[in-house]
Amino acid sequence: MHIQIDEIAKSFGSSAALHGVSLSIPSGALIALLGPSGSGKTTLLRILGGLEFPASGRVLFDGQDATGMSVQERRAGFVFQSYALFRHMTVFDNIAYGLRARPRGKRPEKAEIARRVTKLLELIQLPDIGGRYPSQLSGGQRQRVALARALAIEPRMLLLDEPFGALDAKVRKELRQGLREIHDETGLTTIFVTHDQDEAMELADLVVVMSMGKIEQIGRPQDIRARPATEFVREFVCA
Amino acid sequence: MSDMITDTIAQTGARPRKFRAATAESTPVRLALTLLALAGVGVLVVAPLATVFAEALAQGWAAAITSLGNHDAQSAIRLTLWVTAIALPLNAAFGIAAAWLITKFDFRGKALLITLIDLPFSVSPVVAGLCIVLLFGANSLVGGWLVAHGFPIVFAIPGIVLATVFVTFPFVARELIPVMIEQGRAEEEAALTLGASGWRVFWTVTLPNIRWALLYGALLCTARAMGEFGAVAVVSGKIRGQTATMPITIEMLYNEYLSVAAFSMAAALTALALVTLILKTTLELRHAGQLAANRRH
Repeated sequence: MHIQIDEIAKSFGSSAALHGVSLSIPSGALIALLGPSGSGKTTLLRILGGLEFPASGRVLFDGQDATGMSVQERRAGFVFQSYALFRHMTVFDNIAYGLRARPRGKRPEKAEIARRVTKLLELIQLPDIGGRYPSQLSGGQRQRVALARALAIEPRMLLLDEPFGALDAKVRKELRQGLREIHDETGLTTIFVTHDQDEAMELADLVVVMSMGKIEQIGRPQDIRARPATEFVREFVCA
Repeated sequence: MSDMITDTIAQTGARPRKFRAATAESTPVRLALTLLALAGVGVLVVAPLATVFAEALAQGWAAAITSLGNHDAQSAIRLTLWVTAIALPLNAAFGIAAAWLITKFDFRGKALLITLIDLPFSVSPVVAGLCIVLLFGANSLVGGWLVAHGFPIVFAIPGIVLATVFVTFPFVARELIPVMIEQGRAEEEAALTLGASGWRVFWTVTLPNIRWALLYGALLCTARAMGEFGAVAVVSGKIRGQTATMPITIEMLYNEYLSVAAFSMAAALTALALVTLILKTTLELRHAGQLAANRRH
């Protein structure tokens, strides 16, 4: 799905989080929103997911105005920074949650839900953990379950907030590869937020560098590295 | 471990010494503190409880059971259970709503709302009772109208329920607020992005996550509701067999020197409170694993 962000502005109280940000994300791309904390990257992601609403500006999905669309209608697969797995449910029930939450007419049969959950567990290469609780999983496993849960709703786009933030270096590398593979397999437009420039450069097709609620530069990793547009980008990327 | 250290020191020729863990006190201090704590519990908790049961049974089981069997005693027990049964769900609902509002939304006047929720803890129950009398008594505007339409509040059951609800109002909310703050909004947000409606999120995510705090708050609320005296004493009018709850009946019987009857009723009230306590402990034991899993996450 093609995503068009048009002059989006947002402030919390007296502090502005985003100053008229515009961005066009081609269908099927893997995009990194890169910036230090407070740059507005997470706010932008949450606006796309329908968890925040902009003060002004528009969001278009495939050319259709989606600015006021509710979070449920958007069908955005969202992976939260702390994964936000439902702690009182098994991994199976976590992944099945979105399918069971569908209105009766669109809800798959019980056997069909089980089949899809099993398939997703295989996709994240954790076929045997359906019966466990989130507290019994490692950080990397939780992250992958959160990804499977987001994919279960057959999302129109995938939004990930610091997906590798809480993991150690080795697991981080593995999961980067995992995300790339899942992206290539599903073809979903994928946007992830990170403050780690290596991660953004290595993983993304297109990197959006942000600072203080503004976009500093948009470009392919190699172009940003070769020709940083501003002093900020030069310092942040080459640091 | 400490043996190993001593052995090593002995082998290297140093004088063997016993080491104490950094956070531990010396044996005499530990002993003294333990005894002090036991004495405190004994004098303040065990002795009064034992006395209540001993006094109730001073003239044997038969006398105690007979005194609980008469019409007024039965009516007092029924009334207390009814009032608790009404106050508890009301306060559970209010408490969940208030905690939800305070922890999941940002708005002006939040601090004021938290203070208001705590108000019943700081206002004397007698004052609370008087407020209800002034507001709903037969001489007030509202009360007069209600009495004229056959729905008296003061000196009747609605007044007792109101007083009890007021006094026990903070228990559920106070238990829930810290738990809900600690859990944050992320799980609810995740459920929303997965397509769940607000109502579904509440039943499938919020409520299961707070169920232990809710249960604990409800048990505290129950115990307090059954035992409330001050506020109820003011609004009930103490009509024997009609508006006298268990605590009020105990006071009346005691003042009439009917010690077996008074203490039997007191023992019954204590037993009800103990039942709630045992219920809580049993649930905690049975779900210990799940509780721990909840906390670890």
